[in-house]
Amino acid sequence: MSRQENTSRIRIVVQSSLFDMGAETSRLLALGPGIGGLGSFLGVVRGGDGLVALELEHYPGMCEQSLAVLAEEALLRFSLIGCTIIHRVGRLAVGEPIVLVLAAAAHRGEALDATRFLIDRLKTGAPFWKAEEFSDGRRVWVESRQEDEAAAAGW
Amino acid sequence: MNDTVTVLYFAALREQVGRSSEAVALAPDVLTVKDFLTMRRQEDAAFEAVFSQSSRVRVAVNKVIGDLSTPIQNGDEIAFFPPMTGG
Repeated sequence: MSRQENTSRIRIVVQSSLFDMGAETSRLLALGPGIGGLGSFLGVVRGGDGLVALELEHYPGMCEQSLAVLAEEALLRFSLIGCTIIHRVGRLAVGEPIVLVLAAAAHRGEALDATRFLIDRLKTGAPFWKAEEFSDGRRVWVESRQEDEAAAAGW
Repeated sequence: MNDTVTVLYFAALREQVGRSSEAVALAPDVLTVKDFLTMRRQEDAAFEAVFSQSSRVRVAVNKVIGDLSTPIQNGDEIAFFPPMTGG
């Protein structure tokens, strides 16, 4: 399979605005009738302990590049027909969607495994950083978690 | 003219160093990321203060993850940042 063909089946977006999950699903399904299932993960800013919002920073250019490499790996490894990764940046309030991963395959096993692979690897392998903003005014950078690094290494 | 590289800092490191980017002239014997760190820690007190405390600094050269042995040369973009926490 050529790089060109892969590229048309991968959609990578880093943006501050909200994404439309329905439109993204339709776009992926339009890749062809060979799709039998679509795995999806929607990450949301989780509240608690006075958290008000997250501030997402990224490394422009490297970020898109590393997500594309990850998506290409998933395409081959799980025989995907296509996949989509959309990650938001900037200030996101509690309850807001932050990341969307979609993986389309002929069968559910590949679609679900690929979805999990993509989100696990994305958390520690793509240049994004989160700062937490609390109701008392504190702002704290999120440290990488050992369990996230273990999940990424497990694949 | 000396060879120069562009250095970028992200997230907590950006705040600690106090800038997001800078152009740095390379000494002739600087061939790797390790050489570069040694040079910067000697010539810049602020850099030394931050990097002597940050044990978990990651590096990318020209937008590809590297390590201490990664070669660097004139025109490269070297980025320093903490472990990534996306998703």
